[in-house]
Amino acid sequence: MGFIYRRSILTLLSISAFLALWHGLAWYLNAETLPPPFTVAKVLMTEIQSGQLTHHLSKTLYRLSISFSIAMLLGCAIGIVLGRHKKLDHFLDNWLVIFLNIPALVTIILCYVWFGLTETAAILAVVINKLPNVIVTIREGARALDTELLDMAKCYRFSKRKTLRHVIWPQLHPFVMAATRSGLALIWKIVLVVEMLGRSDGMGYQLHLFFQLFDVASILAYTVAFVTLIQGIELLILKPLDKHAQRWRR
Amino acid sequence: MNDLTINITDKSYLNSTDKTSKQVVKDLQLNLANNEFVCLVGPSGCGKTTLLNILAGLDTDFSGNISLNENHKAPKVGYVFQNPRLLPWRTVQENIELASEEKIETLDFLLESMGLATEKDTFPAHLSLGMSRRVAIIRAFAIDPDLLLMDEPFVSLDPPTARQAQQLLIDLWSKRPHKVLFVTHDLREAITLADRLIFLNSNPMSVITEIPVAIPRKERLDEAKIEQFRQQLFIDYPEITALL
Repeated sequence: MGFIYRRSILTLLSISAFLALWHGLAWYLNAETLPPPFTVAKVLMTEIQSGQLTHHLSKTLYRLSISFSIAMLLGCAIGIVLGRHKKLDHFLDNWLVIFLNIPALVTIILCYVWFGLTETAAILAVVINKLPNVIVTIREGARALDTELLDMAKCYRFSKRKTLRHVIWPQLHPFVMAATRSGLALIWKIVLVVEMLGRSDGMGYQLHLFFQLFDVASILAYTVAFVTLIQGIELLILKPLDKHAQRWRR
Repeated sequence: MNDLTINITDKSYLNSTDKTSKQVVKDLQLNLANNEFVCLVGPSGCGKTTLLNILAGLDTDFSGNISLNENHKAPKVGYVFQNPRLLPWRTVQENIELASEEKIETLDFLLESMGLATEKDTFPAHLSLGMSRRVAIIRAFAIDPDLLLMDEPFVSLDPPTARQAQQLLIDLWSKRPHKVLFVTHDLREAITLADRLIFLNSNPMSVITEIPVAIPRKERLDEAKIEQFRQQLFIDYPEITALL
């Protein structure tokens, strides 16, 4: 208990120090381009009250969750298959390397050119950017599966479903969590670019607008909202999930 | 129920670095009568585990045939591996129940008799090696197997625990008899448990000799009897001394 208490004090201190540093710098520079934290907080409040921020944030969140789910599902399935089938893996490995190295911007532009400035094209662009990373991570996990346990499952005639659920999935869990974390970090950056280039709502679109107006306070206000949200997902969803799945460890 | 006949003409491993192949088993013929408890004794690395893996259907890359079909139905094989091979993310009870297709009526009895009644909901990481081994034995028993394969299941247990586990194994087996193939390199253990001993040599593996254990089961708790039988074996079959 004392440990947790001390840690939360430390967290509080470090955030305060960050805000103090920001404030000090803004005061020293006294420039339009770096508003102090207080101004940003005020802008944040007005944006929330006007409903603007909630509207655009939820749009972005919607795109993020759809594309994230598709990328994770597809990536896990393909990753497991590639990890277990050497020949197929050899064949498709080059494709993976190609897709991993196509710049995100290129995928986004091509998706918009080929499929028009639509919602589907936007989500597709994000999925294509994220998918190779998930596949590579999960494939690593599937390669490292414990053959002793797989043999045990085979000997005791576990069905395919039983093997997947009780033998394979728990071993892949750390890899899935790694893919989830790195995925979220990657996807939310790409989503903004996608929105900036071809959507008329969402965080990316708003940021682009503020950039044209040189409205740094609003840009920072939206950033704060976004960072808070992503941290919330980590603390409220990912951490408890991790804890539950790791309970068998010593 | 039928006998189990094993006839392996050739089992080789291909060395992937220098493309040579090493023959592990050559012309091995074994026969297991119904409800017979057979111990395989041989030097380590002679291919006993390979043989068990073939019987369990985990290794199909060999020439020969295994006939253990009973009424054209694949027999249920219980396998106690050298390592317990429990799923670390499932509790003791879940580990046992997952292996079995039906509900296990005797689960509580099995846990009780193996001294694990209080460990039902424990994860394997919190068990000692001896306890994990006992869980693996229950798992194999719980499926009510037609053939039970055991690969040095008591190795690295301390002697009292090993003796206790042997006793429990015999108890369970006599309550519910089936074919057992038990691999060990401990001759005393083999004599204590088996109806018949099969001595194997290595490179490639083949049968040296088969010896029925004539001591009645009731008298096998007497270690002097076991020791006497062992000494007699060395006199009667001097060729086995080199194996142990």
